[in-house]
Order: sequence, then structure tokens, then C-alpha cells
Amino acid sequence: MIAVLRDLFRYNGEFAIGCVIMAIILGIAAASFFSPYEPIDSYLVALDAPPSLEYVFGTNSRGQDIFWQLTFAIRNTLAFGFIVALISRILSLVIGLISGYVGGIVDRILMSINDTFIVIPLFPLLVLLYFVLRDDMTWFVLALVMAGLGWAYDARLIRSVMISLRTREFTNTSVFSGMSMPRIVTQEHLPYVLPIVFSTFMNNMNWSIGLEVTLAVLGFTDVDTPTIGGMIFWANQHSAMVSGVWWWYFFPTLFVTLTFIGLFLLAISMNEYIDPRSRLDRMGNS
Amino acid sequence: MTQISASAGHGNAHVLETSDLRAYYRMKYFGIDREVRAVDGISMHVRKHEIYGIAGESSCGKTTFIKAIAAAIRPPLEIVGGQVNYSFIDDDLYALSPARRTAIRWQHLSYILQGSMNVLNPVRRIHKTFEDFAFRHMHLPRAEFDQEVRRHLERLRLPAEILRSYPHELSGGMRQRVCIALATLCKPEFIIADEPTTALDVVVQKDVLAMIRETQHEFGSSMIFVTHDLTVHANIADRLGIMYAGRLVEEGRTADVFANPLHPYTAHLIASLPTIGDRHTRDGLHGTPPNLADPPKGCRFHPRCPLAMEICRHENPALTTLAEDHRVACFAASSDVLPIADGKPNQPEALEVER
Amino acid sequence: MTAPLLHLDGVSRLYKRGGLLGRQEFRAVDNVSFRLEGDEPQIFTIIGESGSGKTTLARMILNMVRPSAGTIFFKGRDLASIRGTGARRRFMKEVQPIFQNPFEAFNPLKRVDRYLFMTAKNFTEARSPAQVEAVADKALNNVGLTIAEVRGRFPHELSGGQLQRVAIARALIPGPSMLIADEPVSMVDASLRMSIVNLFRALRDDLKVSIIYITHDLATAYYVSDRIVIMRKGEIVESGAARLVLDNPQHPYSQLLKSAILSPDPNGRGVLTGDSAASQQARASPHPAALETEPQSY
Repeated sequence: MIAVLRDLFRYNGEFAIGCVIMAIILGIAAASFFSPYEPIDSYLVALDAPPSLEYVFGTNSRGQDIFWQLTFAIRNTLAFGFIVALISRILSLVIGLISGYVGGIVDRILMSINDTFIVIPLFPLLVLLYFVLRDDMTWFVLALVMAGLGWAYDARLIRSVMISLRTREFTNTSVFSGMSMPRIVTQEHLPYVLPIVFSTFMNNMNWSIGLEVTLAVLGFTDVDTPTIGGMIFWANQHSAMVSGVWWWYFFPTLFVTLTFIGLFLLAISMNEYIDPRSRLDRMGNS
Repeated sequence: MTQISASAGHGNAHVLETSDLRAYYRMKYFGIDREVRAVDGISMHVRKHEIYGIAGESSCGKTTFIKAIAAAIRPPLEIVGGQVNYSFIDDDLYALSPARRTAIRWQHLSYILQGSMNVLNPVRRIHKTFEDFAFRHMHLPRAEFDQEVRRHLERLRLPAEILRSYPHELSGGMRQRVCIALATLCKPEFIIADEPTTALDVVVQKDVLAMIRETQHEFGSSMIFVTHDLTVHANIADRLGIMYAGRLVEEGRTADVFANPLHPYTAHLIASLPTIGDRHTRDGLHGTPPNLADPPKGCRFHPRCPLAMEICRHENPALTTLAEDHRVACFAASSDVLPIADGKPNQPEALEVER
Repeated sequence: MTAPLLHLDGVSRLYKRGGLLGRQEFRAVDNVSFRLEGDEPQIFTIIGESGSGKTTLARMILNMVRPSAGTIFFKGRDLASIRGTGARRRFMKEVQPIFQNPFEAFNPLKRVDRYLFMTAKNFTEARSPAQVEAVADKALNNVGLTIAEVRGRFPHELSGGQLQRVAIARALIPGPSMLIADEPVSMVDASLRMSIVNLFRALRDDLKVSIIYITHDLATAYYVSDRIVIMRKGEIVESGAARLVLDNPQHPYSQLLKSAILSPDPNGRGVLTGDSAASQQARASPHPAALETEPQSY
């Protein structure tokens, strides 16, 4: 595993750049644990100070140091994306595997549910949920809701891979070797499916972070938990652009963009590496 | 026909000549370099009006060889050394500009491939496919072109109705016949046939082979015919080359090769063909075909060879003419067979040709 | 009198093709009946070209596809009555498949020995790793390999011939009384083909395994089989003792098949240029193809 990562880092430029970006992002997120301030406390430092040696990213109109505020925001945003991606991957994996391998009536039922989720318009639904739940719409509830809505596309993808795997001859060999169905799926087929799960994991994180930022900017989330979207929301509330406090916008936007790029680069480079065909080519000479 | 007579004055009447042709696959995956020597020093020629058969097992390099002589080289496949000369271009194929190389196709050089479905566009009627492939090369007005196509089909005894059908409406055998018609429409001097009958049922196979033979005869084309099936070669090839692990190990007139195989590999292949009416036990060959990324030193057949001697383990036998029109690369066949003079046949750097 | 090893009684298999409109029924296998007596092991060959239904027939005998009509009895037991894991396992212990493409028969991402060990664990008494390995080694010895050549290898590290031997060894581990081999040599190199075919003979004679050998190649069928049936478009057109049928075929289709075989004699070239009955027939009808249904896959 370590050798794999080393090879990737050495021979794949996208992976190396993605790694460096994500290391910086994670480093900043980790710094939140050493923050001198509580994230929700305000009016602790001078207001509207531009970036300087004392306040690297400046301070905002609520008397918060933007650097330390950003450390919390990145941590929460990443954790949010991670939880959404994790839960939705598990859902799409289980549903895709079952639907593809079992087939028949089970497949038809699962896929009709799946298709329903694909056509549901997400954004209005999330806004609606916010108005229904209001204060109960915490960061974690939102993650659960988005995970519940974000699995459908990839479940279909996994199902189609499973269907083609099921017709491969080695599946029959496994059956006649006396392997049970769960065993065949987890041991014979999963190695072909996991790469899809890994690469869609990153994409799904990007998708959920993007949606969360959108909702937060518009104020449809729990604004008391500092997230990147939440920071931009407060900047809007204080008309930061009008009063010339550009750094209040600039740093959250910069870092959320970096996160997108980093995750995207990791997703495509891993996709290339994990692809069974290129994996076999590499095995051919080891 | 004018083109053929024009090039007939070229002297030696070899339509295709390769000298020491080498084509390797060179791959790089995350720092691991791999070199597969799929075609490793093949010198042969195809005469005018003959069908030259190439036989060999899977991954012996026969498909790569075809790609090399058809100028269908794409990375990771590279021409590492040697030359490919056609009588109709007076030059090394790879010395030509890409535009001229493309111009040669279909007009002088055409193909009959195994998967006829890959050649025929599934959503176009057959006559559209004929237009797509040949109209530009024929330089004829539309009406004359259509007439020429019909005349051509008639000559090949194919019903003209097929022009109106889609590929999926035809059977596999009929599709392959259409491909043959397509390949011979411009009356090319040289046809490359890659396993054209392998995917067909036996009943159909025989007719398609007969058609290929008749067409080739009628148009006076030369042809390279590749298949792993020796019984097909016995029925269609004038001369036969046997490939093993990227090299030509034996070559001769088909009847000579069958009657008097000089290489132990050829001898085994011929002896192991089962026939109806004969239930004598036939033995398989031991061992496995070599890995071309790491071929055995010396003669590449020696680990499986019943006649292997000490010299076979170290030296590479050169393809040597032992009888009239019969060449073989085996030390056991005759003491006239000498090792390949070039001391480092496996050093691609030494063979790098400036292009 | 004991029940025959295998008995097919009026077996048919229908497939529906097409969409909502113009739905067609297509008979892949049509009313096939034959018996395979169990007293003496034999090689029973099913000959057919593509579209003859031979692969569907093999899948039905392996109980992977259920017949639309008719019954298949294995040792007197109706295959349709085999339900549940236990019954299925007992059936697989008796009947094992060998597939066409040895490179596809094993998962390219897994080691080949895994299938041998799994089969040994699931179908034999072997429990400890050492026992399992001994069972696998014994099966491999039957096909001329040893466990040392196979252990830890991935499919791409073995040749087609070796892989097909491993596939046969795996099928032998449960100690089956019948092997179903669907085109087992068509993807194997010419120099290795005969050794696989010879292996079938040896298995019949030494291990007393009956083999259903499915092929389109009459020459190897003649070489190896005891009995044959010739199929065309899902129906059996001729059956009987292999030599009798192939030396002197009665049905016009069998005669056509035999006449289409190319002779390896290089002087047989005259056969090609002279118009055979088949080629005349093919050329006389303008659309020989449109009439034939050519199932792509089923």
C-alpha cells in the first residue's frame, strides 16, 4: 500500500499536486485544535483589520480572526463532505451490489426507487426541509439528508458493473467451486467495484460540499456552526463587499476552491491507478 | 490493371519484402518499463500472384507483423528496426510521409479482417459502405462507380440485392464475402487477410476460402493470409511461413512444408492434426509458449524442443535456405544452419534506426 | 436396472426476443432427448455450429438454465427438484463444468489456486490447509501439473493450455461422475490442443469420468468420442456411435458438415476451387443469410 502511494506520488503529477493541496487543507483544519478562540465567540479582536503579521488573514466585522475562524470552517466542511460521502457510498454499494447480482424482481423494485431519487429536484427539497425543520436542521441532520439523496447515480453505475460481472465466466467457476453468493460478491466482484466507490467518493464529497456552501450562503443551514458557506453568509450579512472587507470573502472562497481542485485531482489520479485494466498491465510485469 | 503491369517491370517480382523487421511494444506504467518483442527480426518476401500463409499460435507476433507491414503502428507498438518495401512504392514504407502512406491503402493495399462487423458500419446500408471506402479512390463519376460496384459483385457471384441491406441482415459468411468484395474493389496489388474465416462456421468457411482464392486468382493480387489453422493453410497458401515467438522458424512451399517439415515445431503441428478416419494417438507438445517480454536465451523453441542440443541454449539459429525455396531456423535440421551473425540480436539500442 | 447417468426427455428452451412490439419466440433447444448410460464411462460429444443450441443445452444440463419444457434426469433425479444450498452442492459434487475460454474462467485479479482450494474445502473432507493442498495437488497430478507450478500464480502468468488444465483439475476435485466441457479446446493453442483432448481420454479410462464434450470440430470429435449427437438449430439431426456416424453420415446436414471439413493434405486445394454442393446452394439463393436466424447470444 505504501509502495503504491509512493509510486503514485512519483509518477502521477495530478496525484502529487492533489496530495500537496489536500495536505495544506488538512493542516489548516488540524490547526483548529490549537485555536486560541472558541469558534462561536465574537468581538475578541479588533474589527475589520486587513491581513497583517498579527492577523494573517485579517479580522472580520464580528471581531473574529479570519484565520482561526477558517480553521474551524474547513474542518467542519471537510467532515461534512466526508460523512455524506461515506454514508451515501455505503448505500449505493449495498443497493448496487444486491440489485445487480440478485436481479429479477428485487432489481426492478430497487431500481424504481433508485430512479425516483435520481429525478427528485434536490435543491428545492433541501430548502423545503430547512423551513420545516428550522432549528432541528443541524449540521449532522443535513449530512444525513444529503447522504440519503446522493447515492442513486452511483448505485446504478455499480449495478451495471455487477450485471456484467455476473455474466463473466469466472462467476460460474466460483459457483461451481461451491462458493456462496455473499462470498462471490464480496471476494470476486468487489475488487472490480471498489475502485468506482473510491473515485466517486471524492466526487461525492465535492458535490456535497458545493451544495452545503450554496445552502449556507443563502442562510438555509445552521449558521452557528462555522463552515465555509457560513463564513460567506456572515460576510454577506455585514455587507463586507460594500465596506471593503474583501478578505472576509476572499479566504473562504480561495480555500473551498482549493479543496475542490485537490479532491478532483485525487479522484482522477486514483481512478487511473485503480482501473482494473491498468492494474493488470502493471501486474503483468511484476 | 495498368498499375500492375507498370510495377511488373520492377524486376525481382517481389510485391512485399521485409528485411530484419523488428516491432516491439514499449510500455511504461508507473515507472515499470516493459518491452515485448512481438516481431523480432523477420526477413521475408511475397511474390507476385501468390498467397503467402503465416501460421502461428496466439501471441507469436503474427498480428503485430501484419500491423507492421500495413503501417498500422500505434504506440505502444514501435518499429525498432528493419524495412518494409512494397514494389509499388519503391521505398521503405516507413520513409514515406503519413499522407502518402494513407493514400496507398485501399488502392494498392487492402485488408480482410476477422471481425467483419468492425469494417461494415452497422447503421449504413452496404452500398453506402462501398461509397465510404472506395469512392474517393476510384476517381469515377457516381453512375460509373455504381456500375463498377455492381459489375464487381457480379464477378464475385454475389447478388446485387445485398447492396440495399444492412450488415445485421446478412449472415456472418455473407458479411465476410462483402468484406472481400470491398477489399478487392480497387483491385489492389496486395491484400492482407487476418484470420478471415476463424469466426465462421465450417460449412461457410470453405466457401469463403474458395472465394478468396478465386478472387485473388482473377485479379492477380498477392496476399498474406494469416491464420493459426494449418488445415486452412494447406488449402489456400502457396507458400507458408511458420512463426514462433516473434520469429519466422520455417518457410517454404506449402506442399514441401507439409511433406517434409524441417523444424521440430512445424513437424509437431502437422503431426498433431486430427483427421476423420484416423484415431491414432496424437501427442500434444509439452511446455508453454514463451513470454515475449522475457524470451528464453538462444533458440526460443529450445525449452520445448525434443531435439534441443547444447548450442540451442546459447545461440540463435539463422533462417537458412536448406532446399529449393525452403528455409528453416533450427540447428538440428542441418549443420549448415549457423547462429545469427549479429552477436547482440537482443539489443534494441544497437538497431535503432534514424527516422 | 439402475437409472441412466443422464436422461434428457423432450427438453426445449425458448427465448423471447425483441421489445414490446414484434416480440418473437425463439427456440434455442427444441425437443431434445437422449440417454447416457452410466455403466461404462464414455465421452459423449455434442456437435453443432454457432446457433445450434449446444451451449444452451450444456447450461441446462449444468442446471444453470431451466428447460422451458421437458425434463432432465441426472441419476434418476429431476434437475428441477434440486433446490436449496445443500441439494445444489450435492449436484455440483457430481457434475462439474469446463468452460470455453480458460482466460475468462478465472478471475484475473485473483490467484488461480484459490479456486482449487475453495473447491477442495467445499466438496471434500479436507479441512486443514495441508489437507486442502494435498487434495489440490492430487487433482493437478491428474492433469500433468503440480501444486508448485500453480501456487500463488495469477491467471495471466499461465498459458492458455495450463489454465485449461487447472480448470479441469478444479472440476475433478469433487470426484464428479460427469464433466460438461463446452468447446474446451477452441481457445487453446494448436500445439497444446491435443494434450487437452488426450487428457479427456485419460480421465475417462483412468478416473472413470463420463465427459460431455461440446464442439464444432468434427476431427477432434472423431478422435476422442464414443458417442455423438449432431445438432442443428436446436434439434438433434443424427446420433449414434461416433465412428459409425462420422464415417458414414446419413442425414444431409451431417453429410454437409463432413464435406465441409478441410483436409490437412496440401494437395487438397482442388476441393476449394471446385464448387461443392454447399457453395452452389449458398450462391443460388440470393439471401441465404436473411433466412437464417443467427442468435447473437443467449
